[in-house]
Amino acid sequence: MYNKKAVLAGVVAFIILMTAPFWLNAGREHKKLELEKPQFEKECVEPIKWMRAGHMQLLDNWRNEAVRESKRDYTSEHFKAGHDNKKFKKSLTLTCLDCHKNKKKFCDKCHTYAGVKPYCWECHVAPEEKI
Amino acid sequence: MSMLVSLIAVFGLVAVSYMMELVGLHTVLGIIIPYTAVLVFLGGFTYRIIDWARSPVPFKIPTTCGQQESLSWIKHNKLESPSTTGQVMARMFLEVFFFRSLFRNTKTDATEGPRLLYTSDKFLWLGGIVFHWTFLVIVLRHFRLFVEPVPGFVHLLESVDGFIQLTLPTFYMTDMVIVLVVTYLFIRRVVIPQVKYISLAADFFPLLLILAIALTGILMRYILKVNIVGVKELVHGLFALSPVIPDNLGSTAYIFYIHLFLVSSLLVYFPFSKLMHMGGVFMSPTRNLPNDSRKHRHINPWNDPNIKPHSYEAYEDDFRKVMKSVGLPLEKDVDGEEEGEK
Amino acid sequence: MVKTPKPKELTENLLEKPNLLRGDQPKQSWMETPVEFKPGTYCHAAKPKVLEGLGFPNPREWQPGDDDWQLPDGWEETILKGFQERLKKFRSFKLYMDICVRCGACADKCHFFLGSGDPKNMPVLRAELVRSIYRGEFKTAGKILGSIAGGRKMTIGVLKEWFMYFHQCTQCRRCSVFCPYGIDTAEITMMAREMMSLVGANINWIMEPVSNCNRTGNHLGLQPHAFVSSIRSLCEDIEEITGVSIDVPFNKKGAEILFITPSADAFAMPGIYTMMGYLLLFKHIGLDYTMSTYASEGGNFGSFTNNETMKMLNAKMYAEAKRLGVKWILGGECGHMWRVVHQYMDTMNGPADFLELPKSPITGTVFSNAASTKMVHIAEFTADLIKHGKLKLDPSRNDHWHTTWHDSCNTARGMGLLEEPRYVLQNVVNKFHEMPENTIREQTFCCGSGTGLNTDEFMEVRMKGGLPRANAVKYVMEKHDVNLLSCVCAIDRATLSSLVQYWVPGMEVSGLHELVGNALVFEGEKWPRAMDLREDEPYDYEEPEEEPEAEAPAEATEEGGEGDV
Repeated sequence: MYNKKAVLAGVVAFIILMTAPFWLNAGREHKKLELEKPQFEKECVEPIKWMRAGHMQLLDNWRNEAVRESKRDYTSEHFKAGHDNKKFKKSLTLTCLDCHKNKKKFCDKCHTYAGVKPYCWECHVAPEEKI
Repeated sequence: MSMLVSLIAVFGLVAVSYMMELVGLHTVLGIIIPYTAVLVFLGGFTYRIIDWARSPVPFKIPTTCGQQESLSWIKHNKLESPSTTGQVMARMFLEVFFFRSLFRNTKTDATEGPRLLYTSDKFLWLGGIVFHWTFLVIVLRHFRLFVEPVPGFVHLLESVDGFIQLTLPTFYMTDMVIVLVVTYLFIRRVVIPQVKYISLAADFFPLLLILAIALTGILMRYILKVNIVGVKELVHGLFALSPVIPDNLGSTAYIFYIHLFLVSSLLVYFPFSKLMHMGGVFMSPTRNLPNDSRKHRHINPWNDPNIKPHSYEAYEDDFRKVMKSVGLPLEKDVDGEEEGEK
Repeated sequence: MVKTPKPKELTENLLEKPNLLRGDQPKQSWMETPVEFKPGTYCHAAKPKVLEGLGFPNPREWQPGDDDWQLPDGWEETILKGFQERLKKFRSFKLYMDICVRCGACADKCHFFLGSGDPKNMPVLRAELVRSIYRGEFKTAGKILGSIAGGRKMTIGVLKEWFMYFHQCTQCRRCSVFCPYGIDTAEITMMAREMMSLVGANINWIMEPVSNCNRTGNHLGLQPHAFVSSIRSLCEDIEEITGVSIDVPFNKKGAEILFITPSADAFAMPGIYTMMGYLLLFKHIGLDYTMSTYASEGGNFGSFTNNETMKMLNAKMYAEAKRLGVKWILGGECGHMWRVVHQYMDTMNGPADFLELPKSPITGTVFSNAASTKMVHIAEFTADLIKHGKLKLDPSRNDHWHTTWHDSCNTARGMGLLEEPRYVLQNVVNKFHEMPENTIREQTFCCGSGTGLNTDEFMEVRMKGGLPRANAVKYVMEKHDVNLLSCVCAIDRATLSSLVQYWVPGMEVSGLHELVGNALVFEGEKWPRAMDLREDEPYDYEEPEEEPEAEAPAEATEEGGEGDV
């Protein structure tokens, strides 16, 4: 006895399951992510490359230092030597959102894309947005 | 020895991928190798299953681990001695998802007397089940990178897995568990004398490879911090069949490429190794057949109809005289000579 | 004669010498450890006459201890070709070559490993003896990398290893219960033995019974008149003991049921008492049955050789049932016979469309679980009789026995016959205690001598392999004063007797139906009496003075064949 049907059904099920990511993506265009850039500022608190991977750490530190230790001033640390380091207020709403005015078009874009759910907005009130 | 070979092999894979990244072979590492690996995995896995299936199951040989179905008033153990397809499926379900046979495991000690003592030993079962389920959760969690938009089940998994809101990015319990459980499975291979004695390189290598995958993943997420958006662009690009090599992975991109290369290695290695137990467990004739062989005839495709017993006629020819002497009925009576004697 | 070490020596061997079971790591890797044939650790090779008679290859005068096994040129090729053929014929074999992860769950489940501590008796390593060849000869990685990939080549050393260790596996399937993939070493042992048969590496204790069964119908090669006489003399004993007179039908055409049991029940102690039990039972219910001298062997040593021989020997059952025109077949107490009957017979020699759906003529119960093979186990049959109150039983007649139950490997793990015999047992005895739970039912331990290894020259290994069983028996003996180990297997009845004599002196072994026979109450029987079926005198009764007439069984011989005494 070969149980041909059962084996074939199993193989088909296996392939469908294992290629699920292909099927789930099927028919949807692969678009490059476009973020809304600030209108005026050209430079962030740290280099953009660093911010991409490190912004959550920075915000976490800011929260801890500002709220728990009342240290509210921040000087950039990751620019190349010789860079004119500015001072910033450690504040999500006052500093970050001052430039990145639209949470949906900036923060949420990547977070939704990568399936990340930051808990910033459990305390902070998200800015009202005009679409 | 076999441990050392495996260790060197895994380090070799890490080194090769690191070097390829250094010299900028990003298209090879990020597109060509992963696609090849997926093809080899799917093709190889299917081939192995079909190859097994080309050999028939000549006899119905379930290992019965409980009471058979017989007289109506005797309680039939439907799970351990299934007699219908449904019952077999229930047995297989418990076997595949909960490792029921392994759950029975005992440990035997010989003490003075001699007396043999059997004690329940669930560690291997626990290690096995935790490892496999954790592995599954981690693979499913990765769907946030595979698919756009992110499927709903991923959020559910992540919120459970990241329940302890420690570290940034959020700490996944499975990340720690898999390292611990693989380490346990590795250590038991080195420490338990019986297991150590039977272990081959083929047993150490997959464990070390999976450990390396887990560690590079952890490094990438919590310490070296690769830009996740870039990672998703690359991985999703692969699964959306429009591969791209993003330039925004950041300065620690190498750890991502090593991770991806190790995963690809696992996929390629899989179909040609003992890891095929994943498919094989479904095909084991001692588990996936009903214990109904006296009720329903099982067909053996190569049953040889020419094999005949030594026939009764030949037997009677051999022993007619003595058979008659004890009054046994005969098909052909003893010949004339014999009758003459009377 | 080979001298068997004393229990004390084996105990020391187990507890004091380095032993992997207790955690001592062997110094050499197993691939580098050659086998050593010491007397007592191997069975004698098959005699050339026996192999010739059966048409098996390479008949010659040789012994496993010889340096030169006198193998034909190109024997390696023969084995490898046979290997590949079997991979194509048996999915189990192919799969079990591939999917083992060497988790070690099976390691301490084998009775031979527990009793000897020999690493190659761990089921996983026993299988690796074959897998290493599979990898080294057929798999690319193994061909190139050799031992690093766990591969090696087929050599005489490997064949000797196979011979040693596949004759130290009784195909009991205990490892298969614990394996997460159900890998069954029995499947691998069967294949290894088939392959060894291809080059004439067989043992005599298997091949001679095969040859005998084929020609004369039973293991011992006893000719039809001897078989009949033996059973008739048992009937005389029965009459003397119980006063019940029995006339056993042989080769009777048109009987309703053909009864087949292992021939050991007709000749060997303590099996003959079980035979007496069957005969009393059939008499008690007035069964219309016949025994056969042609199919006078239930056991099937072919199943320890190769599947073709198994089929050839088994085919006699249906052939005889057809010739005699019976309605269905009733099978006696035997382990591997039932493995074959339950899992192989219908496939090999069916369909049995000339037989009828088995139905108990006494209770009307239809055995639908045997609807296709048309063969019923006597424990099923008797359990049904008792449930319907068709037997008049006095369990106190077994009060001299304090029983425990040994599940035979084949009926437990190859059939699932667990409750039927227990039900019968508990209705015919008053005193019963189970052995510890890790040693019974699906976790039962083999007698250590199954699959044709029950030969005297092999006693040392047998006693080692039987240790786990004996240990559990000893436990209930010490704790509950158990004095009788009962079972439904002919090999068990013979081998457990030697085993308990060695490890648990004072313990006796019996079949199930011996106890049924003791407990059966007949009308007009001799009661009170002093003797049980063993002609021991456990009953409180003193024979009256020599009064030959009172002894005359005439009054008891009235045919009381009604079915519901």
